[in-house]
Amino acid sequence: MLCNLVSVAERVGAVRIVPTRGIPYPTGDPSLTPTEERAWRRALLLRALKAITTPVTGPTQF
Amino acid sequence: MSRVVHYLNQFFAGFGGENAASTPPGLKPGAVGPGKKLQELLGAEHEVVATVYCGDDLAAVSPDALATVLELVAQQRPDLLVAGPASTSGRYGVACARVAAGAVRAGIAAIASMHPENPGLDDAGPAPVIASGASVREMGASLERLAAAARKRLAGEPLREADGRIGKTPRKNVLVDRNAASRAVDLLLARLAGRDAPAEVPVPKFDHVTPAPPIADPSQATIALVTESGLVPVGNPDRLESARATRWLRYSIADKGTAPAGEYASVHGGYSTVWANQDPNRLLPLDVARELEREGAIGALHGEYLVTTGNGTTVPNARRFGVEWAAELRRAGISAAILTAT
Repeated sequence: MLCNLVSVAERVGAVRIVPTRGIPYPTGDPSLTPTEERAWRRALLLRALKAITTPVTGPTQF
Repeated sequence: MSRVVHYLNQFFAGFGGENAASTPPGLKPGAVGPGKKLQELLGAEHEVVATVYCGDDLAAVSPDALATVLELVAQQRPDLLVAGPASTSGRYGVACARVAAGAVRAGIAAIASMHPENPGLDDAGPAPVIASGASVREMGASLERLAAAARKRLAGEPLREADGRIGKTPRKNVLVDRNAASRAVDLLLARLAGRDAPAEVPVPKFDHVTPAPPIADPSQATIALVTESGLVPVGNPDRLESARATRWLRYSIADKGTAPAGEYASVHGGYSTVWANQDPNRLLPLDVARELEREGAIGALHGEYLVTTGNGTTVPNARRFGVEWAAELRRAGISAAILTAT
């Protein structure tokens, strides 16, 4: 799960959490140039792939 | 002596199981099936004068059947209608909730009984619902609680959490002698001292989710993109709700390399959608997901994305969506899902 309110995610029991930079743009960052933003999005997805290949026992941030 | 009418489904009224789920509404005099135990528990001052029944399939979907049930109930001039216990049976729970709600709206006191996770709970409207056990095995205990609540209701007393009341409980203002600040400090001190002091407002309990095992190799896996951001094709053709969503939708992305502005928009009412509408990949990272698929980092991207609006979604609905998404994705051979949340 890619989200901004990580503490809420942990409290409700989501187990693989990737923190994002803003509620309205989970896989974005409008403060960056388009090229930088795309690179940031790619970094997030690679982190997501790391999360799904890692064993976890409870809410864990990646 | 009070007059009580009991509502049951076709099974408990003695007509049969699923084969009789279309039994039309009708009435039997006195107490029937579990109603007999209910009568025993209610005691001599309250009489179950009639049992109204209807097949679950009709009761849950036909407004005419519901209207007939309510007429049959009203004709008995009851002091109280008792519906259920429905346990976890979905259609029966929906029927009990709607019958009880309809009775209250027609000026007849009514209570329903079902398990706290019964999907019918939200349909009870103004009628109080009392928690029942999860199955027929707990019928005895469920009836005891239901009878106790019925006696209270007949005595004009309000029903509270301690009586097993579940679902929406209307708030009633009460004047107390100390202000909230004093009470909050006392509660905090009690907790710091290790005393188990109850909060004034019930805090929802969330499930413990058992983590899924990791996938071994994403380059061999099909991965799905799912989202609660409310991102839908522009124009919201299937009318996804902006808040309190009761459904989820799916859209094909099989031939798409990106989520272009102008083709998608978010209908989510809980955040400003300006940035997302400028570039929908900020909600559904399709451009990068395709790139990773081309490079072989992901075996394949699922041909659809799943979407709902996570804005004031009720916990039972959210739970249901999660279960349905998991079943849907597993059926499609998906090993992992990436959920973007707003």
